[in-house]
Amino acid sequence: MRLDVDIRKTLRSGHRTFELRARFCAQGERVVVVGPSGAGKSMLLKALAGLLRPDAGHVRLDGETLFDAAQGIHRPPRERAVAYLFQDYALFPHLNVRQNIAFGELQGWRNPTAAHASPEVERWLDAFGLREVAHQHPHELSGGQRQRTALARALVARPRALLLDEPFAALDTDLRVSMRAELDALQRSLRVPMVLITHDPQDVQVFGEQVLHMDAGHMMEEVSHAGP
Amino acid sequence: MDNTWPALWLSLQVATWATLACLVLGTGVGYALARWRFPGRDLVDTLLTLPMVMPPTVLGYYLLVLLGRKGWLGGWLHDTFGIQLIFTLTGAVIAATVVAFPLVFKPARAAFEAVDPQLQDAARVLGISEAGVFWRVTLPLAWRGILAGVLLGFARALGEFGATLMVAGSIPGKTQTLSIAVYEAVQAGQDDVAHLLVLITSVVCVAVLLAVGKLAPGRVATR
Repeated sequence: MRLDVDIRKTLRSGHRTFELRARFCAQGERVVVVGPSGAGKSMLLKALAGLLRPDAGHVRLDGETLFDAAQGIHRPPRERAVAYLFQDYALFPHLNVRQNIAFGELQGWRNPTAAHASPEVERWLDAFGLREVAHQHPHELSGGQRQRTALARALVARPRALLLDEPFAALDTDLRVSMRAELDALQRSLRVPMVLITHDPQDVQVFGEQVLHMDAGHMMEEVSHAGP
Repeated sequence: MDNTWPALWLSLQVATWATLACLVLGTGVGYALARWRFPGRDLVDTLLTLPMVMPPTVLGYYLLVLLGRKGWLGGWLHDTFGIQLIFTLTGAVIAATVVAFPLVFKPARAAFEAVDPQLQDAARVLGISEAGVFWRVTLPLAWRGILAGVLLGFARALGEFGATLMVAGSIPGKTQTLSIAVYEAVQAGQDDVAHLLVLITSVVCVAVLLAVGKLAPGRVATR
């Protein structure tokens, strides 16, 4: 994965303004953006996914321009083929696990049926041990099952990059350690490039092939290499 | 007694058509106001809520001015298409629609605003078009609130009196709805007729309110 980002975005809310400025080039499969909460990390991730439109600059992924203010290019999220794991997973509460995982497989105006079956969905139900809970709804799941469902939903579409927003913040300590190991192994086997944002030094230690620091909306450009 | 069942039938027709109109218009406007910020949004909301607080006779007067043969809309409809709205069932439907509209539009807007925007974003990232996001995520999560408003609107349209009387009059078998028939029966001293009409109206309204209570948000887990 080669990610070339140079964006500016000013948000106003009443008298307060927040300015996001990020410029970096990242190469490799594991990019970690680290910084305190409120540093603008989620905004950066949303801009990469196309959920937030920057005021100026560009976003390029593997040489393809996803956003360029000067050229007036803003590819909508559905055309970017990147997956997004939300901090609290954003599972669809009205759909069961199977339907959640299959959600992106069907275009159009209808949701997958409760019994929807496809090779990809079966593969992920088995890979994540979700078969027993496939008919259950998100509010009936444990924290770990929720995260696995969200991951499966994101990976079914075979994205070219996986964006993760504080993926372990919603879990308690023990589960956090095991889910971190699980994601680590998963990434190694799938080799899906990922951009992970976190404030947790443990995440940096495990995933920080390339580490970018962010504070108060600003991305400092120096890139430190750590880990393997 | 002869006018009882025609009056009920007319009331049900008026309420059904008015509710359908409110469902389409109220849901559409509720969604637009929930989704887009634009100058004058609060003013639009206020104007559309007015029928909830204004006396129905005032609304009826406005509708007469607008739809009457000398009104600019009514005059145009009459001259161009030969359509006459005053003293017709259509006029009664329009009056009931205007009166019931805020009861449908307000809960619809609230229901759309209560849908977590992150769920819509999640669907977008999964490659779903904006129309798909609406039909597959937004509407399924908002429909309970919308339906509760629709039922309230139906009950309100069924009981509409003031605006309907001014716009459509009280022609037995043609525009005399249940609530107007009650008034006429009491005025004419036909107490037994009034008793029956009141009983029917009460039963229908209690049934509707029970249904609304079952649909109220928070009562049932989202499924």
